[in-house]
Amino acid sequence: MADSSTIMGLHQEEEHHPQLLHHFADAGQQRDAASLGMWVFLATEVMFFGGMFCAYLIYRHWYFGDFGAASKSIDATLGATNTAVLICSSLTVVLAVWAAQTARRALLIGMLVVTMLFGLAFLGIKGYEYYQKFEEHHVPGASFSFDHVPIPGHPGEYANPRHAQIYFSLYFLMTGIHALHMIVGLGIFTWLLVMACKGRFTPEYYTPVEIGGLYWHFVDIIWIYLFPLLYLIDRHP
Amino acid sequence: MTGHASAKSPLKMYFAVWATLLVFTLVTFKVAFIELGPFNAVVALVIATLKATLVALFFMHIWHAGERLIKVAVAAAIFFLFLLLGLTLSDYLTRPWS
Repeated sequence: MADSSTIMGLHQEEEHHPQLLHHFADAGQQRDAASLGMWVFLATEVMFFGGMFCAYLIYRHWYFGDFGAASKSIDATLGATNTAVLICSSLTVVLAVWAAQTARRALLIGMLVVTMLFGLAFLGIKGYEYYQKFEEHHVPGASFSFDHVPIPGHPGEYANPRHAQIYFSLYFLMTGIHALHMIVGLGIFTWLLVMACKGRFTPEYYTPVEIGGLYWHFVDIIWIYLFPLLYLIDRHP
Repeated sequence: MTGHASAKSPLKMYFAVWATLLVFTLVTFKVAFIELGPFNAVVALVIATLKATLVALFFMHIWHAGERLIKVAVAAAIFFLFLLLGLTLSDYLTRPWS
């Protein structure tokens, strides 16, 4: 890779990639620095979502049965489908990174497009779930209604609508912020797609694909926790 | 540095991780409908953590990360998350009046 003479400013075409910034020794160091920056950002995202998960755990503990009843009203099959969609999108993201590493431009473009299609499918299914909740008056607010819904495992007992409303507030907050991250991810991938079509990525320089992928995988990990916590509590009859 | 690991292709590993993640998703979905008492939540969270670990280690390349600082950043994120959850819940879950 680049030795000290190229760092000092002897820009030999075959050694000095145009995307390599002057203060980095080589492409690998530049890539590691960018990855570290993304990871530090993701650490702040862990704390951001962590606060919401913490609120969820406290209320789930306090209003255990009400949360179970409310959770049962959302469609677990759609949630599981969305989990599979995101896992498949994570596979296409690593394949895109691999394609960029190995100079397979057509595969890179294809995988970026498929990833975005998976992302759109996720948002479409999510939107349908929101539509169902609107229809059932399960959206917190003036028209919220959750009367005479039995608490799982406690025959004859009904969920407190005020407590169920807290579940749905957390449901819409957490899935909504997650969906917002998906939309941002789609924006990032649109940009990656444009850059890939322009041929900007090479085995020496594919940092945006790599760290855009890190972001996408992180959003997948958040969903991996949202799915059991929001959809799968108290499912058994 | 993942860029220099091109000698052997990681594709087989990527597909194996993907298949494992899908199997875990199916298992967690099916187990949720079986009555296990408090262990339903335990099983669901253990499987979610296994899935998240697989994604982080192999798809996000922590396993092969050349830069140790990246591993430190990940460890710091997990540490502070546990600090947030652990200290908050140790308060809220031990209040006899709630």
